[in-house]
Amino acid sequence: MPIDILMPQLSPTMTEGRLARWTKAEGDKISAGDVIAEVETDKATMEVEASDDGILHKIIGEIGADLLVGSPIAVLRGKDESVAADYTPTSKAKKAEAAPAAAAPAAESVAPVAAPPAPVAAAPMAAAVLPKINTTGATAAPAAASHSTGGRTKASPLARRLAEQQNVDISTVIGTGPNGRVVAQDVLTGGRTAGAGRPITRMADSVIKLTPMRKTIASRLTASKQTVPHFYLSAEVNMNALMSVRTQLNAHLESQKIKVSVNDFILKASALALKDFPAANAAWNVDSVVQFGNVDISVAVSIDGGLITPVVANADQKSLVSISAEVKQLASDARAGKLKPEQYEGGSFSLSNLGMYGVDDFSAIINPPQAAILACGAATERAVVTDGGIDVASVMKMTLSVDHRVIDGALGAELLGRIKHYLETPVVLVM
Amino acid sequence: MAQITYREAIRDAMSEEMRRDERVFLMGEEVADYQGAYKCSQGMVQEFGPQRVIDTPIAELGFTGIAVGAAMSGLRPIVEYMTWNFALLATDHIINSAAKTYYMSGGKVTSPMVFRGLNGVAAHVAAQHSQDFASWYMNIPGLKVIAPSNAHDAKGLLKAAIRDNAPVVCLEHEVLYGLSAEVPEDDNFTLPIGKAHVAKEGSDITLIAYSMMAVKALEAAQILQKEGISVEVIDLRSLRPLDTDTIVKSVSKTHKAVVLEENWAAAGVGAEVMAVISDNCWDELDAPVVRMSQLPVPLPYASNLETLCVPQVDDICREIRKVLGK
Repeated sequence: MPIDILMPQLSPTMTEGRLARWTKAEGDKISAGDVIAEVETDKATMEVEASDDGILHKIIGEIGADLLVGSPIAVLRGKDESVAADYTPTSKAKKAEAAPAAAAPAAESVAPVAAPPAPVAAAPMAAAVLPKINTTGATAAPAAASHSTGGRTKASPLARRLAEQQNVDISTVIGTGPNGRVVAQDVLTGGRTAGAGRPITRMADSVIKLTPMRKTIASRLTASKQTVPHFYLSAEVNMNALMSVRTQLNAHLESQKIKVSVNDFILKASALALKDFPAANAAWNVDSVVQFGNVDISVAVSIDGGLITPVVANADQKSLVSISAEVKQLASDARAGKLKPEQYEGGSFSLSNLGMYGVDDFSAIINPPQAAILACGAATERAVVTDGGIDVASVMKMTLSVDHRVIDGALGAELLGRIKHYLETPVVLVM
Repeated sequence: MAQITYREAIRDAMSEEMRRDERVFLMGEEVADYQGAYKCSQGMVQEFGPQRVIDTPIAELGFTGIAVGAAMSGLRPIVEYMTWNFALLATDHIINSAAKTYYMSGGKVTSPMVFRGLNGVAAHVAAQHSQDFASWYMNIPGLKVIAPSNAHDAKGLLKAAIRDNAPVVCLEHEVLYGLSAEVPEDDNFTLPIGKAHVAKEGSDITLIAYSMMAVKALEAAQILQKEGISVEVIDLRSLRPLDTDTIVKSVSKTHKAVVLEENWAAAGVGAEVMAVISDNCWDELDAPVVRMSQLPVPLPYASNLETLCVPQVDDICREIRKVLGK
């Protein structure tokens, strides 16, 4: 009996995979455990291992094809087995929703909930790679959406279907039909929409097919920006002490070839502050708020074709040096596409730093289902007023984006203030 | 082609089929000596004689029963009712005898016959003479129902009905009797029962109608054309079987539909067509489907009130503009 090799589910949220590479050819001898192909999922490039011994009889999946989990990708046969010419492998694919992850035991004080879907992206990096193409019509602020009452958008079935096909969020389209109903014409003339629609493409333009990662970034961040009520808190941090500690520390560690970054300090400071304010170490959960028992910090890492947020677990309990080593390893694995799902799923808070690009400050989009993200700019020397005099100090501006459903203004301010306090008292971070 | 009236088309259809098949005969009130209450059988008794063009007493239940028996015995009767309002008495034979016996006899007994007469709103003849019975008969398995809107269709559909082996209800219209159209003179001209006709092509909205309402629909479409609204008019022609394909194809193109009937709305022809659209075109719809029907009252005798109760061309135009948001 030939054995069908099906597209495996390589992460809990994976519904389809793109065949990136075949590492075996038709006719190759296969042993169980051999890597036969690489598959690009919504998160990473992962290896597909054979689960049986045999000969790779036929490769079905083409490179670059997006295949549903359970679709046949190859056929394996026994060493001396002959396979009928008309043998057709059986697909077990179904248009399933993402399988929910098993319930993760949370801290004792809260009821167990299903593990939140894996966060992927933090904001402005996604924006940075958006193509700069002229868009049709106005990009003015959205008009009052009179057609949308009580959360439901009045739209015709055809308009809904067209919007789905064109990947347009129907709630952003302004309806011009009777009773403010969104009709097909409204979806087709993107100019009437609040920011959605399609650009006009000309000869010189190229249209780039969406990678699974880009689709995930697009849908998750669109959902976040549209459904999570963000508010923003900014603060300036005097980094003089931190810079001095960092210089001393790195000099001390030079022989071990360890170099601690400013970002490592910020990560540790955020972790300690979250530990101090457990109510802020939380996430919205539709009909409840989940307070996390651990402080796991997601770090936005820019990679080829997008970005990913690997997680430093229990960051409040780790030393600066071990955080530094872990972040370096995660970033290099991320760039190599080698992260495992457990390395980028979960996380209770995100950190995004564009200081190395010379950005002064920015506001990030919350990485759902988390409730906050800290965006840091560059630490630069500026004139500051201290005790009535003017000093030169290294100053960093940081902005905390907060989900108001989970964290109110005062709590957010306390959290940001505590992060600032730790950054300005860096010895605590070295303990 | 000849320019003839609807009533002449009915007469020609019957006469041609009676010449073609000697089993075909006509019976009803005033069909022979008076040559039809609406002159639909003019000259027929002279040509075919009183054996095949038979005057009956004013007794619809009785003569319909005789006709059904004749059909079951091998003849092919055409039964004329002075109006379908009077055929209420005959429904037992139309439905229980003619429509059901083919099924109940396991296909052994057929009733190849036509029941015909005027139907719907005429002109100031009051409630008991103005009802549209389309939905009553299109509800019945075993019957076929046709409702031609012009002389051309009347001739083609009635000839097909006479040749059909199922009992066919032919719903004519008093106002249409006097209207003329180009009609083929070919003895073998028939139109298929169960096929609707796209009477006018359009792209903005589909207007679905039958009988007199199809005429109003075309008038409305002409008016709206001048306003830049492109209306596709579907003349259903047959109500049972209903031509689902043509309806679905058109609504899938225009994404909007209005259904017209002289019927009352409840459980009416419009309701049935809307169900077809909802079942088949849900994802194509860009607006709710609208039906325009007679107001739910017995039709008033007074001319002004009668006009108010029945959808008129202006009403149809207004409703279409509303659906299009114009």
